[in-house]
Amino acid sequence: MYDIIIIGAGPAGLTAAIYARRASKSVLVLEALTYGGQIINTPSIANYPAAPDISGFEFATKVYEQAEALGAEFVYEKAADIQRSENGASFFVKTDENEYEGKAVIIAAGSVNRKLGLPNEEELVGRGVSYCATCDGAFYRGKRTAVAGGGNTALEDALYLADLAEKVYIVHRRDAFRGEETTVNALKQRPNVEFVLNSSVTKLCADKKLTGIEVTDKNTGETRELAVDGLFVAIGRVPSDIGFNVGTRDSGYIDAGEDCRTNVPGIFAAGDCREKEVRQLVTAAADGAVAATEAVRYIASLR
Amino acid sequence: MIKEVTTATFEEEVLSSDKPVLVDFNADWCGPCQMLKPTLDKLADELDNVKVVSVNIDREDDLAYKYSVSSIPCLVMFEGGNETRRSIGLKPRPELIKFING
Ligand SMILES: Cc1cc2nc3c(=O)[nH]c(=O)nc-3n(C[C@H](O)[C@H](O)[C@H](O)COP(=O)(O)OP(=O)(O)OC[C@H]3O[C@@H](n4cnc5c(N)ncnc54)[C@H](O)[C@@H]3O)c2cc1C
Repeated sequence: MYDIIIIGAGPAGLTAAIYARRASKSVLVLEALTYGGQIINTPSIANYPAAPDISGFEFATKVYEQAEALGAEFVYEKAADIQRSENGASFFVKTDENEYEGKAVIIAAGSVNRKLGLPNEEELVGRGVSYCATCDGAFYRGKRTAVAGGGNTALEDALYLADLAEKVYIVHRRDAFRGEETTVNALKQRPNVEFVLNSSVTKLCADKKLTGIEVTDKNTGETRELAVDGLFVAIGRVPSDIGFNVGTRDSGYIDAGEDCRTNVPGIFAAGDCREKEVRQLVTAAADGAVAATEAVRYIASLR
Repeated sequence: MIKEVTTATFEEEVLSSDKPVLVDFNADWCGPCQMLKPTLDKLADELDNVKVVSVNIDREDDLAYKYSVSSIPCLVMFEGGNETRRSIGLKPRPELIKFING
């Protein structure tokens, strides 16, 4: 039996592991993919205190090594279910292969890119459809691209692509942007950027790889096809699909406040998977510290 | 160690290989590629029936273009000189093994 089982080895889960180990609790971290979480996708982080220039991979590796050196155990299995034991004093966390028992559980499962939800979207990932302009943009040098979305990520993606690609369409379902005005203005200066407003992407045209997108104007119902080689989808993020038995908000994010407590005593939520305003490394790390401290306090109350 | 192949050695190392070849298209700036590397290194040591090589897409952009690589990490399996399947994105070890075995 472990004191604390942490689900997810992203920045929140790893920070929770550091705090829990420093409180001398035994810690198991379950991770579905690899340590580090989403941040491994970015080549540079510039807003984490005391680390003005670090790659996501380096950041993730440092935090992981710190947690491991302190004695956290890591198992690469996907958590599928959490059940309270019969006497109520512990939880069983089930993965596809095993079952682990812990006195407290911290869910730090993060968030994932929201998909458009079009039928052939999945099979076109890596064949023209991407969710990360800074990761895949370089492959579209001199090509025709589109960005779907209207928030800051979409606008920044478009600006990044405007330097590389021959053409960048910005397909947004409203006529105004939620993102920063300075970015919108910068985009308006670019001759290769075209705004396609009040419209959404309704079809992905492909012949083995993406050849174009169909956009539909929501006011007129009119459709047209834009010939593009790449579509960058930046329509936000959604909580990782966890299906655990804890209360969530309508948004799907776990209903837990700044104290990281869920509606189930003994189960805590930390990082991007929790309902909150700012989803960043520094807030994920902060949640990790709070959740671990709360979990330690909860374990003490069991006696 | 996984051998790095170039445009000049691709024919010999990949297309004319007797064994199936797993080609790992990657770049230094790609975090998920760095994450994948230790797992691939280990698999390359463990598996006798496949050869694993890597292509740096920045140095060998012709190869990346020729094989329509548009997102990395991208693993492409070559058998008898032809592409038989590809896997895009970071995957956990069991899924990689499944992919390699077809
Ligand atoms: C491209 C990109 C660039 C970014 N740049 C910055 C930046 O410069 N500065 C900044 O502050 N923030 C940045 N962010 C945001 C930051 O990465 C996130 O806010 C942060 O990673 C959230 O941490 P987390 O631990 O809550 O979740 P995640 O990082 O999402 O980690 C969750 C982990 O849980 C695992 N998991 C999910 N479900 C399960 C399960 N059932 N069982 C086991 N494991 C599971 C996942 O595989 C993942 O490893 C960026 C994000 C992206 C995508």
